[in-house]
Amino acid sequence: MKIAVLVKQVPGADSPLPIQSNQNWVDEGAVAFIMNESDNYALEEALQIRESMGEGEVVAVSLGPDRIQKVIREALAKGADRAIHIQMDTEGVIDPLVTASLFAQALKEENFDLIFTGLQSDDLGMGQTGIILGEMLGMATASLAMATELGDGKIKVKRELEAGWFQWVSLTLPASVSIQSGLNTPRYPSLKGIMGAKRKELKVVTPNAIDATQSLEKVYLPKSEKQTVMIEGSADQIVEKLVETFRNEIKVL
Amino acid sequence: MMDVLIVLEDNNGKIHRMGLESIAAGQRFSNEMGLTAGALVLGGNADGLADQASAYQLGEVLKVNDALLESYSADGYSEAVKQIIDQENPTYVLFGHTYQVRDYVPRLSAKMNKPFLVDNIAIRVENGQPIFTKQMFNAKLSADVEANSSGPFLVSFQSAAFSMDAVAAGSASIRESTVQLDIAMIRTKSEPPFQEEAGGVDLTSADVIVSIGRGIGKEENIPLAVELSKALGGELAASRPVVDSGWLPSAHQIGSSGQSVSPKLYLALGISGAIQHVVGMKGSKNIVTINKDPDAPIFEISDYGVVGDILEIIPKLTEAIQALKN
Repeated sequence: MKIAVLVKQVPGADSPLPIQSNQNWVDEGAVAFIMNESDNYALEEALQIRESMGEGEVVAVSLGPDRIQKVIREALAKGADRAIHIQMDTEGVIDPLVTASLFAQALKEENFDLIFTGLQSDDLGMGQTGIILGEMLGMATASLAMATELGDGKIKVKRELEAGWFQWVSLTLPASVSIQSGLNTPRYPSLKGIMGAKRKELKVVTPNAIDATQSLEKVYLPKSEKQTVMIEGSADQIVEKLVETFRNEIKVL
Repeated sequence: MMDVLIVLEDNNGKIHRMGLESIAAGQRFSNEMGLTAGALVLGGNADGLADQASAYQLGEVLKVNDALLESYSADGYSEAVKQIIDQENPTYVLFGHTYQVRDYVPRLSAKMNKPFLVDNIAIRVENGQPIFTKQMFNAKLSADVEANSSGPFLVSFQSAAFSMDAVAAGSASIRESTVQLDIAMIRTKSEPPFQEEAGGVDLTSADVIVSIGRGIGKEENIPLAVELSKALGGELAASRPVVDSGWLPSAHQIGSSGQSVSPKLYLALGISGAIQHVVGMKGSKNIVTINKDPDAPIFEISDYGVVGDILEIIPKLTEAIQALKN
């Protein structure tokens, strides 16, 4: 079983996000980057499949400038067998058709049985790359996987539907599946894993440019939809004002 | 002939709520651009859905009945909608940003090599061209996006971005269309949908909901929130990270994959306000937020806000409410 896991480096939940003065993008120099949350789960799912089958290969693949080698090393330290870095300055690249095409160029000769991606990235939030890539490489696709089972040349995926519903879907291999957060417990890299990661293969490829079908005009702080009354003071003063609000304004006490 | 095609989703024989919202969006957008709009229904319930859709102000309703579309598959639906787009040649194809749309419309985008502009919260027209607004960085920033190529453009709208109350009624004609599908192109097989534990927690009828997010920190702090919800006579709820961590059962989850609520008081504690959560609680009558991060997006939809440490405030608040009740 040969599994590719697409991992993306994105700003962490607590990272500052200063907007560039031209509003083209955030000032990446000030950003604290981490591995995209759902990609952690996608990687863990791939590692567990390899371990339970006792054979196979997990390849971490990432697109972006040199800084992203940090998450590639992290994936290798957690147990990926090798990695591919598609090296490109991705600032302002938002088109999932472009992103997926770049991955397709790098992966088409590899003949993966499975491609796992996180459900969506915590920066752009397009949620499309893995599915488009599946279409481009002639694979079956499914999104929002909450569990996976392999057997008989198929992968069975428990898909999350809306409002607390689920559905099992079986896909013929090869398949590209997007993974929802929470389906497993992602491991931490061991010291041995971290040391070993340095000796693993990291192939750097430079892709051909592709024309975008959609582009970013500007980013900005959201306009508040409501006039928010801010309650300030010491903890005791805040509590007093909250109780008063619950009682006299919202009338639930 | 239609310039704007609105694709409606089946929700157990009814048009999906977000489909009605996309009709509202499509009607407004078509009026502004001077375009004609129609709707498309497909699948096992296409006849009934077409009848429902014909009661809205639309140029036409297309319906597609095909044995291979009776149950949903990404392969079947992406191919069928592609063939309809090829036949009708609309410039804009609109969807609600449902889980099903997220599952097959990216495939459709790839098949057509046309952009899928996703999860928009607004569209505005500038110099005759639409500009699409979506949230990025988990709703911390907004982004304006433009399509570069020629149409058709695939466009989806975030839940509640447009109100279904704004849908204009009318009387549309229904036309049957056909597509050519082959069973060999469908590589997935679906089992019937099911619900996990219902859990006996009905958050939808609660007047007061105390909801906790990642900011609660650790499982040992959950009882603090339980005490506060009891003091307020409310129900305890959570955002996804709390459920994913196994600190509360999924029956307590609010958001796109959990329950949608609109209580008198929604007290959001240590919740940042990711889109997936906000769509499930935005309709609350009063949203009161306590969060240590003054830039947390949840403040934008809050009526009252406190920038502070929930672990310090919760016990004091519980105590004050208990004292008041005694």
